[in-house]
Amino acid sequence: MREAERAEAEGAEVEREPREAGRAAGGYVPEGISDAFAEGARGVREPAAGGGRPPSGGPSLPSLGWVGALRWIWRQLTSMRVALMLLMLLAVAAVPGSVLPQRNQDQAKVLEYLADNPTAGEWLDRFGFFDVYSSAWFSAIYLLLFVSLVGCILPRSAAHWRALRGRPPRVPSRFGRFPATGTVTSSATPDEVVAAVADHLRGRPWLPTFRVDVAAEQATDTRPAAATVSAERGYLRESGNLVFHLALVGLLVSVATGQLLHYRGQAIVTEGRGFANAVVDYDTFEKGAWFQASSLSPFSMTLDAFESDFASDTVAFGQARDFTAYVTVTEPAGDSHAETVKVNHPLVVDGAKIYLQGNGFAPDITVTDADGEVAFSGRVPFLPEDTMYTSRGVVKVPDVSAGLEQIGLVGYFLPTAVFEEDGTVRSGFPQPTDPLLVLEVYRGDLGLDEGVPQNVYRLDTASLTTSVDETGERVRLLVRPGETVELPDGLGTVSLGAEIPRYVALDLRHDPSLAYVLVFALLALGGLTVSLFTPRRRVWVRATVSDGGSTVVRVAGLARGDDAGLQPEVDRVLAAVPGTHQEG
Amino acid sequence: MQIAELSVLLVWAAATALAIALVAFATDLARLSGTRSEARAVARAAREAVAVGAGPTSAGAAYGPGTSDAGPTPVRRRAAGIGMSTTWLGALLLLAAIVLRGIAAGRTPWANMYEFTLVGTFVALAVFLGVNLRRDARFLGAFVAGLGTLFLVLGVNVFYIEAMGVQPALQKYWLVIHVGVAISATGIFTVSFVASALQLLRDGRDSGSPYLASWRWLDSLPTPTALEAQSFRLNAVGFVLWTFTIIGGAIWAEDAWGRYWGWDPKEVWSFVIWVVYAAYLHARTTRGWSGRPAAWFVVVGYACVLFNFTGVNLIFNGKHSYSGL
Ligand code: HEM
Repeated sequence: MREAERAEAEGAEVEREPREAGRAAGGYVPEGISDAFAEGARGVREPAAGGGRPPSGGPSLPSLGWVGALRWIWRQLTSMRVALMLLMLLAVAAVPGSVLPQRNQDQAKVLEYLADNPTAGEWLDRFGFFDVYSSAWFSAIYLLLFVSLVGCILPRSAAHWRALRGRPPRVPSRFGRFPATGTVTSSATPDEVVAAVADHLRGRPWLPTFRVDVAAEQATDTRPAAATVSAERGYLRESGNLVFHLALVGLLVSVATGQLLHYRGQAIVTEGRGFANAVVDYDTFEKGAWFQASSLSPFSMTLDAFESDFASDTVAFGQARDFTAYVTVTEPAGDSHAETVKVNHPLVVDGAKIYLQGNGFAPDITVTDADGEVAFSGRVPFLPEDTMYTSRGVVKVPDVSAGLEQIGLVGYFLPTAVFEEDGTVRSGFPQPTDPLLVLEVYRGDLGLDEGVPQNVYRLDTASLTTSVDETGERVRLLVRPGETVELPDGLGTVSLGAEIPRYVALDLRHDPSLAYVLVFALLALGGLTVSLFTPRRRVWVRATVSDGGSTVVRVAGLARGDDAGLQPEVDRVLAAVPGTHQEG
Repeated sequence: MQIAELSVLLVWAAATALAIALVAFATDLARLSGTRSEARAVARAAREAVAVGAGPTSAGAAYGPGTSDAGPTPVRRRAAGIGMSTTWLGALLLLAAIVLRGIAAGRTPWANMYEFTLVGTFVALAVFLGVNLRRDARFLGAFVAGLGTLFLVLGVNVFYIEAMGVQPALQKYWLVIHVGVAISATGIFTVSFVASALQLLRDGRDSGSPYLASWRWLDSLPTPTALEAQSFRLNAVGFVLWTFTIIGGAIWAEDAWGRYWGWDPKEVWSFVIWVVYAAYLHARTTRGWSGRPAAWFVVVGYACVLFNFTGVNLIFNGKHSYSGL
């Protein structure tokens, strides 16, 4: 409260200064901003413009019909107060997205939440709480904020453009109320003093500090003739501020463009196999509204080998230390070359980035049916569920021989099998030192013939028959590499290949806006730094001849915002005065 | 003795030094409050004179530089001196603990919550000591040392994990930059929070809040305006560093996770913090919001910083699950 009063007081004080102050300062100040530095300018201009609105005015209702109403709305929207409200709203609106599961991150969690909280969940869903960052309300807040920002910044930019070519504001008539002042007496003439001070303020030619005007005041009834200096530094402060705000707009636009043009595909590739960069070759594929298939560069890639490294010391036992995928990339032109993909080091091919997002084991499994026919043969990726790579997988065996049922095998692959006392098995280390496949067996209609897309990692066992042993326990098949084991109930056999191939989960992403996003982000950072740390100061000097014949030099300084360096700046000016005897 | 164990011992030593500093600084504040009550009466009279509207000692003078030191009364502040020396000692012990921790783990010592707590506390101490080299800010000491003790004790008791290497997603120079800058920003925000909280308390007492009537030590603090200026200078630096933390994090995420921004809980809260401090910077320059309301933004912002560090790591299950707990 007291601060606001101070701002008003200072504004009022500067108001009495010469009119030129307004033009030189650049003029435009957003509605509701409190800034003694710029407010002086406003105080000067507004009475001249014939009244205008009250400077601290709260919302005053329009009386000018709908054009007036629109203008009123626009003025409110671009005011500092509303910008502040929108910023606060934005902060609050971002929070639910960290508390509730989000579709774009974890679809399964959202479904789980909906199942657990049917009523609340439905309402939350209706209001977009599972897609917070693309919801109408979140978008509305940031779009309004950006409209406000543009409405606020464009006029300010124009004003700043004029101010950049303006001159420092003329010397105020009284120095008393400025936050930093000083006086010295000198034996030099006023003109000599002013020349020396101007020289000091201008700084070195290769590093100019202040923009300086030197002038002379004629004697009047109330005061003697004087030589004056008016100087201003720190125009870059406002430049930085504007660059920062405009860069935010650029950032928003480039992020949005990237959203429209990008694509992202996921593929699971096992050792020795490959894939082509085409929509059909991906397990999942997601794209922006303006994506065109032609932006997929037709290269292809083979996974030659995959290597992993895990800590084996007692403290960090089993913790991942390094993953490397060795691949061969074949360019559209036909030439191929060997590359590696590592976590943190995506491979860039034709502007698309390929990431190593996951890895695991894809054991080679062959199932023969009761008739001895091979019903299934292939590599089955098992998904790791813990740090020791206890991995879960499903084999869905179709009915190749007439009259037989379909078979489902569900179970775990353990790279290093460890048998517990109670008969359970677990994996003791992520590397395949003693691999074991543990399977349960189901039979019935797996729905393989309906042509309905299915999750390959899940088997709905509700309608299936489980194989049990004599005691009624579920049969648990243990298969080691190179072994063939009989399926229960005479269903046939299952065998595991001697080699356990690895697989990698690759993410391929292309976003043409990345460079722009980075440039605008860095521009924002640079602009912000300049605007926060460039001191913006005005210094005025008036040198007059006193009755005693010596020269009295008065100096005043004004800064934008808090500026601990203002008084030292004034002190340096005082020190630059030639021929001083004593300090006043 | 193992290097890692020595490091923990040094952390305890640092916490002890800070606890002593806390007591010393508190004694200093209590002493000052006796000598300052008179000065305060004088200051109040002066302020009222200004309100009546005369004289060159205008309100503006209180905003000028040089008012940030506590005032003209020459008091012997031996207790504050002891507080400063023990804080220096605590900071040096903590630095040694951090270095040893790095040696024990064989990498940069800020990759999990325990280490983040140590380094963040160290930065807060360093900022406090650094500010004191340029101007007298010893009145912050009791609170900085108090928070420092609290953080270190919590760190060792709650967040501690064994020193070890890190997983592939963390093996990049960005660990040094991104996390290092984030910790620095956190340390700076800690000190600016103390300044803003004191500003609010002092402001409340000055405007006659009945709850603060017995808190005479508040009178020995600088004016709310000087506290606000102090807090702003730190927040400006903290905000730039935080901006860089987010940009650096996005660049790293682009390489490590395959997208630069994905509204992961940690990202959400970093964004919230950024917006709150941006709102603070706007509030300072908005008519009717500068001063006390703006200081509340700092309090809220710092609460978000603490939550981002503790709550987000421990409650939410995001990609930033590197606490090791
Ligand atoms: C995305 C939303 C915005 C963000 C993140 C943002 C951020 C910032 C930051 C960090 C500053 C500090 C620079 C300084 O203090 O010198 C600043 C200053 C400023 N902002 Fe914004 N801003 C936003 C929107 C707006 C809007 C909508 C307006 C206009 C209504 C606005 C007007 C200003 C002005 C006038 C300043 C300079 C204050 C001064 O003169 O010291 N900003 N902004």
